[in-house]
Amino acid sequence: MTAVDAHKSMMESSDAASKSAPPDRPERRPLAPYLLSLPALALFAVLLLVPLVMTGLLSLNSFGFYTGIEDVWQLGNYIDIVTDDYFHEIFLRTFRIAVVVTLLCAVLGAPEAYILRRMRSPWRGLCLLVVLGPLLISVVSRTLGWALLFGSTGIINTALMAVGLIATPIEFMYTETGVIIALTHVLVPFMVLSVWASLQRLDPQVENAALSLGAKPFTVLRRVVLPQVVPGILSGSIIVFALAASAFATPAIIGGRRLKVAATLAYDEFLNTLNWPLGAAIAILLLLANIVIIVGCNRLVERRYKQVFE
Amino acid sequence: MNRNGPVALVFHMLFLAFLLAPILVVCVVAFTSQGYLSLPTEGLSLRWFKAIGDNPEFARAFRDSLLLGAVSSTIAVAFSVPAALAIARHQFRGREAITALFLSPLMVPHIVLGIAFLRFFTQIGLGGTFAGLVLSHVVIILPFALRLILAASTGMDRSIENAAASLGATSWTTFRRVTLPLILPGVASGWVLAFINSFDEVTMTVFIASPETTTLPVRLFLYIQDNIDPLVAAVSASLIFMTVAAMLVLDRLYGLERLLVGRGQE
Repeated sequence: MTAVDAHKSMMESSDAASKSAPPDRPERRPLAPYLLSLPALALFAVLLLVPLVMTGLLSLNSFGFYTGIEDVWQLGNYIDIVTDDYFHEIFLRTFRIAVVVTLLCAVLGAPEAYILRRMRSPWRGLCLLVVLGPLLISVVSRTLGWALLFGSTGIINTALMAVGLIATPIEFMYTETGVIIALTHVLVPFMVLSVWASLQRLDPQVENAALSLGAKPFTVLRRVVLPQVVPGILSGSIIVFALAASAFATPAIIGGRRLKVAATLAYDEFLNTLNWPLGAAIAILLLLANIVIIVGCNRLVERRYKQVFE
Repeated sequence: MNRNGPVALVFHMLFLAFLLAPILVVCVVAFTSQGYLSLPTEGLSLRWFKAIGDNPEFARAFRDSLLLGAVSSTIAVAFSVPAALAIARHQFRGREAITALFLSPLMVPHIVLGIAFLRFFTQIGLGGTFAGLVLSHVVIILPFALRLILAASTGMDRSIENAAASLGATSWTTFRRVTLPLILPGVASGWVLAFINSFDEVTMTVFIASPETTTLPVRLFLYIQDNIDPLVAAVSASLIFMTVAAMLVLDRLYGLERLLVGRGQE
């Protein structure tokens, strides 16, 4: 649920800014907006900025197995993460999973959004509900479904073996394949949502014009539709990538202890090894990577496709 | 002329099957009469739903989740309404920055927030308390409430407010009798969306919950890590049924498409 709104709100906040007309008369009480937003501002200063800053500071502390968290300031945790092969492997795996999930979501979600748009009225709303509804269902419940489907005696293996496609059960649990399938399922609605939003701006008459001028349907798709939905696919990809890279519940259930990703690594450092400073350093790296990717890619997409967004 | 061809329809069907399969499997397994996981199941029974009631930990986590969702969405809405009114109807310095700050919890991975809150609450002595859970949930669900209330207050016709004011109503009366009723659909859907997000949250909560105060998704998650049995399927199925019910309410109240896709442009 989260990142799509992040992305949409980024577009909407500027939208709302231009729409809410500037006051037609001079403000009588110039302090009013500040007073109105003060409670929420104070809340966020105390409950968002302070904890994040404290985490940043914690990541600079060191940790001893007998002494616990030590109040020294150093970059040891970051150096450990950058130089240790164990961490490299986990971060690389996280990156690989996020890339594959993003590609799968684009390949599945973009055509689905297009198909949905071409459906007739009652079906379209109903199917949209079915596609987007899972966003509101708990991630744990959805992942549990995949765990049930995956098990060596689960439906997928039983069916594949009954058909004769495979002789021995495929391992889905505790493998990257399993995590990728389940994460794609969890995140693909965000891609549909993003492409759907960009399709709303597409005028169907343009497609009809291309067809009436003799273009083949595939050419229309490639030359008319695709270029206009590329921004939607790209912003959907940013959302999916960011969420996949920091996903926790799904990799923890499907990947287990054996297949760690960055988020489950941070969890283990915090709650099992109790090395809080190292866990904090992993979290800070994850946060920085997230911000760089979201903000950086958004800038790129918006600059490249400026005319589409206006 | 703009019809989906057979290839597109097959793709569509497979896509829906992919999306629905795990959700349906959970619901089917939950109704098994066996004492273990079996698919296809032989007999149907409600024994595992009854078992939820007999498991005091799940029952308590469920009650705590409901209470947490209700309290934190109410607080989030109470903070969002004035902030949304300020952003929607005033031009002021720092307006964009303030809006970005209010929406920023959406950009921070929940795992990072979980770690940050664990550190913060341990330092100030709120570790493992219900108050800590409420405060952290208010922060992550406020953007959802704010967005819907903001949309409602931006589109509102202000002439009625001016009429009330010119007839001598005080600003508090105007707010209570005119503004609030007008933005109420946005406020109510903001509350429900915030509640759903609080109720479903697991990644951040797993860090700050304690064995005594925990939420249903966290309890479920920790249980699944040890073993998967029909009991967790029954709990998950109940969650799914409740979410579908909440979706139907939201659809009536606000329109699910408008809620998820944004204001209709057609």
